[in-house]
This record gives sequence, C-alpha cells and structure tokens, in this order.
Amino acid sequence: MKKTHLLLPAAAFFMTFPAFSQEDVQKDLQTQFVMAEAGEVIEIPAGHFTLTKSLWLDQGENVTIRGAGMDKTVLSFAEQTEGAEGIKVTGGQHILIEGLTVQDAKGDAIKTQDVNGITFRAVKTEWSGAPKETNGAYGLYPVLCQNVLIEGCESIGASDAGIYVGQSKHIIVRNSTAHHNVTGIEIENSEVADVYNNVTHDNTGGILVFDLPNLVKKKGGHVRVFDNEVRENNHANFAPEGNIVAGVTPGTGILILATSDVEVFNNRIINNRTTGTSIISYYMTEQPINDKLYDPYPKRIFIHDNLYEREAVEASDQTRTGKLYRDQFKFGTDVPHIVWDGILPEDALDKNGQVKDQYQICIRNNTNASFANLDAQGGFQNISRDLSAYDCTRQSLEAADLALEDK
Amino acid sequence: MKTVTVICFLALFLLGLSSLRPAPENRRLPARAKMTLSEYGFFQGDMAEQQPIAGVLPYDLNTPLFSDYAQKLRFVQLPEGQAATYRERDVLDLPVGSVLIKTFYYPQDFRQPEQGRVLLETRLLLHEEDGWYALPYIWNEEQTEAQLEVAGGTKDIAWKDLAGQPQQLAYSIPNMNQCKGCHVKNQQIKPIGPTARQLNRNHPYADGEQNQLVKWESLGYLNSRPPDDELPRLAVWDDPASGTLNERARAYLDINCAHCHSAEAPANTSGLLLDYYQTDSTALGIAKPPVAAGRGTGGNAHDIVPGHPKASIMWYRITSTDPGVRMPELGRQLVHEEGVALIEEWIESLTAE
Repeated sequence: MKKTHLLLPAAAFFMTFPAFSQEDVQKDLQTQFVMAEAGEVIEIPAGHFTLTKSLWLDQGENVTIRGAGMDKTVLSFAEQTEGAEGIKVTGGQHILIEGLTVQDAKGDAIKTQDVNGITFRAVKTEWSGAPKETNGAYGLYPVLCQNVLIEGCESIGASDAGIYVGQSKHIIVRNSTAHHNVTGIEIENSEVADVYNNVTHDNTGGILVFDLPNLVKKKGGHVRVFDNEVRENNHANFAPEGNIVAGVTPGTGILILATSDVEVFNNRIINNRTTGTSIISYYMTEQPINDKLYDPYPKRIFIHDNLYEREAVEASDQTRTGKLYRDQFKFGTDVPHIVWDGILPEDALDKNGQVKDQYQICIRNNTNASFANLDAQGGFQNISRDLSAYDCTRQSLEAADLALEDK
Repeated sequence: MKTVTVICFLALFLLGLSSLRPAPENRRLPARAKMTLSEYGFFQGDMAEQQPIAGVLPYDLNTPLFSDYAQKLRFVQLPEGQAATYRERDVLDLPVGSVLIKTFYYPQDFRQPEQGRVLLETRLLLHEEDGWYALPYIWNEEQTEAQLEVAGGTKDIAWKDLAGQPQQLAYSIPNMNQCKGCHVKNQQIKPIGPTARQLNRNHPYADGEQNQLVKWESLGYLNSRPPDDELPRLAVWDDPASGTLNERARAYLDINCAHCHSAEAPANTSGLLLDYYQTDSTALGIAKPPVAAGRGTGGNAHDIVPGHPKASIMWYRITSTDPGVRMPELGRQLVHEEGVALIEEWIESLTAE
C-alpha cells in the first residue's frame, strides 16, 4: 500500500475517505482515470499493482497514461472480478499509453474505442503461463479508432491476437514484437495501415490482414506489410472454437483474407511450416455470408521482394485447412511458400477471357518463393504450382500517414 | 469532524479548485453536482424511506434491467413548468434540468420485503445544458446519507431469496465511466429506461393507481403523446399474459443488451444488434458468427443457433459469471436464472430459416 503515496497527491485524499472494500490503489487510479482533465498525465509508478476492476478513461483530451516502463510498472488483473478488459479507453482524442505492462486481464488487456489519435508506446500485454484458451482475446485492441500508432510494444499469449487493430483508419504498427499468441498482428476491416519493422514469432499465425462481414465498418484495405520478420509461427492454435482465428492453421506466416489493396514486401518470412503467405477469400472460412455489402474476395494484392525460407517439413494438420494439406494437397515436405485459394467471382474475367485487373494477384521478385494455386473452386482438383501467371507488378501503395503521430 | 474535513478536501479536488490544480475546472462534473444525496432535497423525512417530495414522481418499467437481483426505486424530477416530449421509440425527450433518480436495494428477505431492506446506492442522471451526467452515490452503513463516489465501490450484501435460501454478493457499484458504459448513445450519455413502451403501465400512486403516461400528461410532465391505442407497450418479461414468448424475450434483450448492442452504442463493433425494433435476423444473432468474442464463444460457432440454446454463444455468455465472458459486461455477477430460462425457451422456439 506504500506505493499509493507515490500517486498524485490530490488523489491521496481519497485514501482517508470512509472505507469501502475497494482497494485503495484501485480507487486512486480509477479516480484519476475517471476525472482526467484535458492535458492530464496520469503517472503510475514502478511496482506491481493488483487490480480487480477495469481502469477506464472516457472522452480524454490529450491525456497520457504513463508507467515507469515496460516490466517496471505492472498492472495485474489476475484477481479481476469485473470488466472485460484491463484498461479501457473510450472516445476522446490524443491519448498516449506508455511504459507499462498489463498482465492476465480476464478479457482484452487494453481496449480503446472511438478514439481519434491513440498511441501505444513501450506497452507490454501478456498472459502468464503457457498459452491457453482461457487467456484473453486481445492484447492491444484499438477498435473504431483513427490515427493509431503502436510502437515498441510487446504482446504475449493472447487467445486471439496480440496486436489487433479493428475497424480503424490510419494506422501504424512498428518496431513491436508479438509472440505466443494465436495470431501476432491483425489488421481487420481497417483502412490505410503500415505494419513494419515488427517481429512476430511462435504464434499460430504471424500477421493477418482481413475483412469480415456483418460489421459497422464494412471495408478495410490499403495495407502495407513490410520489413517484418515473420518466423516460426508454428504454435498450436489455442483459440476458442467459434472465433475466426480458430481456423488459422499453425505454421501461417502472413494471411490475407478477403481484403483489398495489400502490399507485402521486404519481409523475412522464415520457417512457418504451413504457409509463408496465403491469399484467400472468405469462402475458405466456410462461414455463411448474409451481408449484402460484403465483398468476400481479395483484390489488388501485391507480394514482392520478400525472403522466404523453410525447412523441409510437412505442413501442420491442425484445423480443417491443415487436414486438406495432409489429405488433399499432399505437398509432402515441399510445401509452397505462397498459396492462393484460386476462388474468383463469376464476373472475374473480362470479355477477352483475361482476369480483370483487380483480381490479378501479382507475385514478383521474392527470394525462394514457391507457389500453389489451390483451385478451391474446382474442389482442389487442379492444383497448380506454376507462378508465371502472377508475374506482374502493381503501383506501390502510399505510406500511411497519421494526423496525430507527433503528439 | 475528520470526515467533514476530508469531504471538504474531496470537494475541492473534485470541483477542481484552481489553486490546487492548474488545469481548468474539471469538466467531468456538472456545476449542480452535490457531494451528498441529501443536498438535492429529493426526499422528505427519513431519506432511507425514499419518500419523494412533491414534484419528484416515482415510476416503474415494464421490463427492467437485471442487476444481480437488486431491487430499484425510480423517480423523475422535471424542471418547474416544463414537460418531456413524447418519442415513439427513443427515450422521452426530457428537458434540461431533469433528473432521473434510481436507488438500488436488497430486501433482507425477498419473501417478506416489508421486514427491512438495505439501500446500497443511488444513481443520478442529471440533464445539463451540455448533456447528461451520471453520478453514483453510495449509502452509508447507517442508511442516513449517500456520498458521491466517482470511482464506484464494492459492498458486501446478504439476503434471503424467494426460496428462503441465503445469498451473498460483493455488490459492485459502478464508477462514473461505467455508468456511461451503459448509458451511452453516439458517445453521449443518455437515459435508457423511460421510453414510452417501458412507461406504458399502471403505477400505484399515493392518490390511486394510474397509467404512468396518462399521469405524466395530467401533471403536465408529458406533451405530444398520441391517443391511448397508439401507445407502444413493452411486454413484461416474466408475465406471459403481457405478451408472446417472442415479445417477452425481445423485451428482455432490449433492456438488458441493447444499451450496448445497437447501432449507435459501443457493442456495434460486434454486429450483434438486439434493440427492440431490430428486424435483421443476422443482426439479431441468428446463425451469425462472432467477430471479436474471444473465449466468449464457449466453443460455439454462432450467436444464436435456432432450436439449440446451449449451442448458442448468447446462452453461454448470459449463463457465465466469468468477467471475461459474461454478458452484460457490467452490472451482473450472478446468473439471472429466470431470465436465462426465458431466453432458453425463446431460442428453443426459433427455427432455422
């Protein structure tokens, strides 16, 4: 309880307030979060704090939540009795969270929603112990945000995604590490994102870029994934059934699902046993599509200048796709680095019988890239390993810019 | 004496005294916020009796939110000479200056509620020029006063349920943001309960039983209401005489879920929209895969599997007490057995399209 005295002096008045059973530290912190004024800096000193309820900041303006450093200020939610996240930030703008660790939240570690300008810097989220289904879903979880910057962060043990940017716009994820999650980094129904200089290793899947149906924000896309190290993402899938990521096959490097304008380049994609890079439509999830506005096909995908390496091992046979690798594709140990499901819409061809530009996947100038068109549309009967039909180029995408990056 | 001093300090802090805090006045509290409930003067006599003064009107809802079996006393106060404007679907348009008052309590014995009760908290929604404010007040042990507590709190409570079984709970009082967590629409604080469909019921007033909307109108509290036969009425979730199974289940989902699960509320991210007027079966969860449910799925593929409640994510989450799984996220630690039974019966009754 000594640590309480290091918190804001004003908040200390609450400590002597007639006793309630809520922990004093919890109350000090919660009060600062609830009452945060424009421009306020909430300093959380070094130490290990056990909290039983979510800390919640709403409609903050230029508010900083600052710990003494990753692993120095540790907020543990192992004893949490209420709240579906460790830290929650809703609304407002120019919020900075830095220099702290959030451990063992019952749901998501840090969720931020409807924030314009949210920065996570040197923040660690982790679930302790071996990766398991009962861990929370997301480590860093900005959703319906604009101008999202995630840098120098580390996410461990999430039963869905370590770093998950959902239904957001203008995003940079860089210099961060995600490991021992089901998926390392996910960019979902989000627009204009740069994902670079990250390391994702020992997840089930390294980096996922995808659009899902039935959502408020219908369309993502314009995502650059570059200069990342995506290695040995071979962990068993421990996502609870029913989640989209429960279908991610162990050994997945980068997965592009049903989204458009994705450029993947200069990545080192190493020893992901099932696939280095997969480009698939939503049909591969075998989920129904009841959303008339949803486009289930990947479009304008460009994969270039990546380094692929893998050991001569078989693909994983966990998940339904894994079983297809084992029973249907029969690649043995010659598993292709890059796969496309080969599913095209009925109107994919122009009047000359050529694939329309938006559906033409371009794969060029990668090192060691082997390939397969899985012919899912034809019941996987005519799998082609010939890459020549995809040897084309696309205009490079513009860099993602953040209006609020230099907060 | 010490308490008084502390309260003064607290007040200075909360109201952002400039000499202590360089920042501008704390915008988190409205100017008319009081540190104690008694300062508002809503009640006469012993405040624990919750007898409102003239002009503070009690009301009830057809189907209330489940709050860990806590019972609730609701009151509304409108500014002198002003009326709420009728809305067909939304909450009645209450004028600036209005206050909604809700006191949470447990009877010591649910079989004999007149034997005594413990008041835990009173929540206020104040309508100010710049919007609504939600303020939680926690009652003291002596039941003489309730104090503003922006950080919320926890209170141990014990009671005997309708079967005479002893129950206990570390009852959670929301912090100010948690209040808003439910009372939010397009990021603005909004009341939830007082819609025409919820208020359209009789209430035992001191001067006799009367329909609440009729009463409000007769007191000048409500204008522009349509004729009686055009007033919507929400079913009472546990009264089969009040509506069909579907109507009662949808009423239950409306008040327990739709404050978040609707198009303009925080859980719109999930695509699961459970408001009373929702007609899209996928939005209602039927055969809908989850988006970001994490372990909240319980291994189930769809929010609602028609005919199979126990294979439905909805059932899994309303029967869970795990903070990372349970729904609603806030305000429920216990399973609402009777509510679960209703939803179970409803999902059972649905057929695949």
